[in-house]
Amino acid sequence: MGKINVKDKDVVIPGEILAEGMDNFPGSGTYREGDNIAASIVGLVSIDGRTIKLIPLSGRYIPKKFDTIICKVIDVNMSGWRVDTNSPYSAMLSLKEATSKFIERGADLRQIYDIGDSVVCKVTNVTSQMLVDVSMKGPGLMKLSGGRILGVENNKVPRIIGKQGSMVSMIKDATGCNIVVGQNGLVWINGSPEGEMKAISAIHKIEQESHMSGLTDNIKQFLGSKIENKDGEKN
Amino acid sequence: MTYKERPDGRKFDESRKIEAKVGVIDNADGSASFKIGNTLAYAAVYGPRNLHPRFLQDPSKGILRCNYNMMPFSGSGDRIRPGGSRRSKEISLVTQKALLPVLNLDNYPNSVVDVFIEFPQTEAGSRCAGICAASMALADAGLEMKDLVSAVSVGRVDDQIVVDLDYAEEAYEDGPVADIPIAMMPSYDKITLLQMDGLIQKKDLQKALEMGKKSLKEIHEVQKKALKEKYQGEVK
Repeated sequence: MGKINVKDKDVVIPGEILAEGMDNFPGSGTYREGDNIAASIVGLVSIDGRTIKLIPLSGRYIPKKFDTIICKVIDVNMSGWRVDTNSPYSAMLSLKEATSKFIERGADLRQIYDIGDSVVCKVTNVTSQMLVDVSMKGPGLMKLSGGRILGVENNKVPRIIGKQGSMVSMIKDATGCNIVVGQNGLVWINGSPEGEMKAISAIHKIEQESHMSGLTDNIKQFLGSKIENKDGEKN
Repeated sequence: MTYKERPDGRKFDESRKIEAKVGVIDNADGSASFKIGNTLAYAAVYGPRNLHPRFLQDPSKGILRCNYNMMPFSGSGDRIRPGGSRRSKEISLVTQKALLPVLNLDNYPNSVVDVFIEFPQTEAGSRCAGICAASMALADAGLEMKDLVSAVSVGRVDDQIVVDLDYAEEAYEDGPVADIPIAMMPSYDKITLLQMDGLIQKKDLQKALEMGKKSLKEIHEVQKKALKEKYQGEVK
């Protein structure tokens, strides 16, 4: 009979034996060594039925299909733009996928997106050789103007977004800022200077306390108290 | 029996005091420090990231680059000239070869993982300390690894087999000395680095390796604890 050596939410490190015997399956972040299942990354154990997988706690962003990411234009070619994805691999934004507007033949593409501009786009394809294509056709995909971009750990992005976007909409409501969270760990914030500062400190707090229980309540309290303080100062 | 007592009063199979810490450099993707006796190593991992010049890229997997560097006044002797030397280049290479067997970079074609190992202070056993720090830093960077790598030096001083030689022992003059740095995957008992400086009998070498293995298990525990400490704090 198989034996599981770890509990849910344990922190494990590479080489640690998670389970013995063939009764369990190795999920992501684990590998099978003989009859055992061992960890191959630093991660949080998540036991899902008979599958043992690890939730990564660190590591860089790697582009994945259907991710919405914030990119920066680094080069302009004949047929589109090369964008930096905050990962080891840059992506191609082709002319056809860039905008629904009509672009005249021979137009200067730098008039549309210049080098250094930031855009929100969606990953449409990733090849095995990590050639990445992105598109800007879709709701919410746009060029970013104004505001500021904050770098966060990409593993904490799901926490910043929250269930069905609950966390990010809470921050939006409390600070009056426009916020776009990219899966690649870049967050765009645009609003009043005080609102932006408040949103940044809230996001940093989420990053620090990402795996603690009662995160939503803590952040709600944090945002609430901040707003009251601000009001108190103004009055 | 001529070598009866070690200069610092340790037992023959006892290593120097070990301290390890993970996440010491904020700007790096992964980092760790490892201290054994007076030898202190800092490792910083950057990557996977884009690799230039392009002719170095490998389309089938990511590559690992290690850089071993002693700071100018880190040794006990003369000032060390900054920059690469024949010695540092060789140690960078063996460090890379000691770490590669555990590392899986198949998912990062054409990219590079850079490991920078810096020594503010050294007193023998620096390549082992560097490997220990680097393996923790790689794990901290979230890279896929089969196991950690632990390293220690073993050897003989005169007629005695010892673990973790310090500088006084390496420079012992009243008898033959052998210095053998070993690196191992502790969960699999597999050796990834084995070098030797000096002369030793075959049976003594086997005995030394057995003693080293025991010491490596202790080092592995320290490494494990340091890694878990960093992340446990985030989870609770």
